[in-house]
Amino acid sequence: MTTAPPTLSSSRPPADQVGAIAWFRKNLFSSWFSTLLTVVLGLLLVRTLTGFLTWATTTAKWAVIPANLPLFFVGRYPVAQYWRIWAIVAILATLSGLSWGILSRNMPKLFDRNILIGFGVAAAIAVLLPTPVLYRILLLAFLGLVLASAWIGRIVGRRMPQFGQWLSPAWLLSLLVVWWLIAGGIGLPWVQTNDWGGLMLTMFMSVSSILLCFPLGILLALGRQSKLPILRWVAIAFIEVIRGVPLITLLFVGAYMVPLFLPGGIRLNQLLLAIISLTLFSAAYLAENVRGGLQSVPRGQAEAANALGLNTFLATILIVLPQALKVSIPTIVGQFISLVQDTTLVGLLGSFEMLGISRSVLANPSFIGRYAEVYLFIGVIYWVLCYAMSLGSRRLEKQLNTTY
Amino acid sequence: MTQPQTELMTSSTGTEPMIVAENVEKWYDNNFHVLRGVSMTVTKGEVVVVMGPSGSGKSTFIRTFNALESYQKGSITVDGIKISHDLKNIDAIRREVGMVFQQFNLFPHLTVLQNVTLSPIWVRRWPKAKAEEVAMQLLERVGILSQAQKFPGQLSGGQQQRVAIARALAMQPKIMLFDEPTSALDPEMVREVLDVMRTLASSGMTMVCVTHEVGFAREVADRVVLMADGLLVEEGTPDEFFSNPKEDRTKKFLSQILH
Repeated sequence: MTTAPPTLSSSRPPADQVGAIAWFRKNLFSSWFSTLLTVVLGLLLVRTLTGFLTWATTTAKWAVIPANLPLFFVGRYPVAQYWRIWAIVAILATLSGLSWGILSRNMPKLFDRNILIGFGVAAAIAVLLPTPVLYRILLLAFLGLVLASAWIGRIVGRRMPQFGQWLSPAWLLSLLVVWWLIAGGIGLPWVQTNDWGGLMLTMFMSVSSILLCFPLGILLALGRQSKLPILRWVAIAFIEVIRGVPLITLLFVGAYMVPLFLPGGIRLNQLLLAIISLTLFSAAYLAENVRGGLQSVPRGQAEAANALGLNTFLATILIVLPQALKVSIPTIVGQFISLVQDTTLVGLLGSFEMLGISRSVLANPSFIGRYAEVYLFIGVIYWVLCYAMSLGSRRLEKQLNTTY
Repeated sequence: MTQPQTELMTSSTGTEPMIVAENVEKWYDNNFHVLRGVSMTVTKGEVVVVMGPSGSGKSTFIRTFNALESYQKGSITVDGIKISHDLKNIDAIRREVGMVFQQFNLFPHLTVLQNVTLSPIWVRRWPKAKAEEVAMQLLERVGILSQAQKFPGQLSGGQQQRVAIARALAMQPKIMLFDEPTSALDPEMVREVLDVMRTLASSGMTMVCVTHEVGFAREVADRVVLMADGLLVEEGTPDEFFSNPKEDRTKKFLSQILH
């Protein structure tokens, strides 16, 4: 039963309902009260912004940043070994590019407008960075490397789709290589963990803890749902104890008390203890996120899998867990973002990750009082890290979306 | 239908018992006595339609045949294997019994083809190529071949249910259980699913169907059974059951569903 519209009206909404002016009227000046709010808040915003810009351009002494740039990025890592860090960046740039190209091989366009803008901004920052010219050229080269390997990955991925299976092993292998490059051994001089620092150490702690806490968190979530009472109780006890203790306490226990309990002479690496504490802490929270996901999978899914002859293990691995994890991506990535930020607490314990190294920079008599500049700088770096993760998670969600 | 599935097509209705349920009793966790001593025998190639008001225990009853539900008293033997109370032979039985659910229960994160090949690959340990070949034949049989690479969420309800039937058939089961397969479908999609079930029945498959589709029961069923309040009230050929019911409970039920 379809009735034709009485008249063929124009195919656009009335002009006063669309466009910028309509948007302003609707969202900012819809009543006298919202007009008042708009004006007051607008003034406040402008004052704050001009205040900040005035400070940033006149009062602030930014020299502290370029003077300590290596410290912020790699801490007291020996200068003669900087090439190893560059090599790591090159490896990661290549792998990221390849993965990006291969995974998005079926998208109509590889470099859309937003991505080009992002790369433009990154290139501008690389050029303007107050570092030796060589480093700036290297940074630009790495940006180019990402784009080039993405392009290559796309072509290879289209010709040989099975190539994508090698991505995960390649990433795992790269982790070992990165570890070897940072720490040394097998032909490279050793660099003590005490000399690791800055952004590099922050990333190292974050990535290690994320990789370790992910499987542990899943096991705990499954354990908590298990029909075996012992397993369930252990999982519940672990989760509830860890969640009831602040992270800083856990870090102190790891750093100062565990060595006391160990038989004399055994001294565990401080960095290792910190990573273990971070891992256990995040795993407990992650387990609860995953449990939420598990509970959101309808019971019929496991039943259908069982009815097809899949045992509980296979039904969980193949059917329930993938759906549960997909649902929990936003909360899991949220947990990972917290984890990155929680590494700053390790800095309070004397580690020279980005916050720790900033504190030591600020203790240098020639940079005394430059708190605002330094903290603003590392704040921006943390923001870039975390925002990249949340962008990545949104892409992943889109990629895995199979409901239409 | 390209190649006849020999295993599915041998023999017509015989006397070889495939499912023997004797005095099955079940209580839910809250002590609700859902099955109160139900006995039923299904022979090879037979198509049995189970009817009954909601809450009568009919779904629960057929779900005991592949051990999705446990039971506390009585005994159930499927294809010669006794379903013991501690569910030891569960995997062996489930390999031989396919099930189709009211809500389809397709795996939304897998494509149609992956849905159908999953179990043959992981449980039967078939090579992927063989599993896909069989899956494509089945998908063609149920008329979904062109949708093999889509995800379940992209299909209509009727298409999803046909995929679910293909998925169950991919394990080459000896028995198929249907738990209200058309109840969640839009009216215009009921027919396409029933057509697939009709074809399946005429191929000699042993089938137990919980359904309220009277036309299907009259045409295809060898036997129609009425369950009410956890008991088997009446059973008979479709003609006897619909035209000349003996029990008052059956008459009342039929008057309700036949409007």
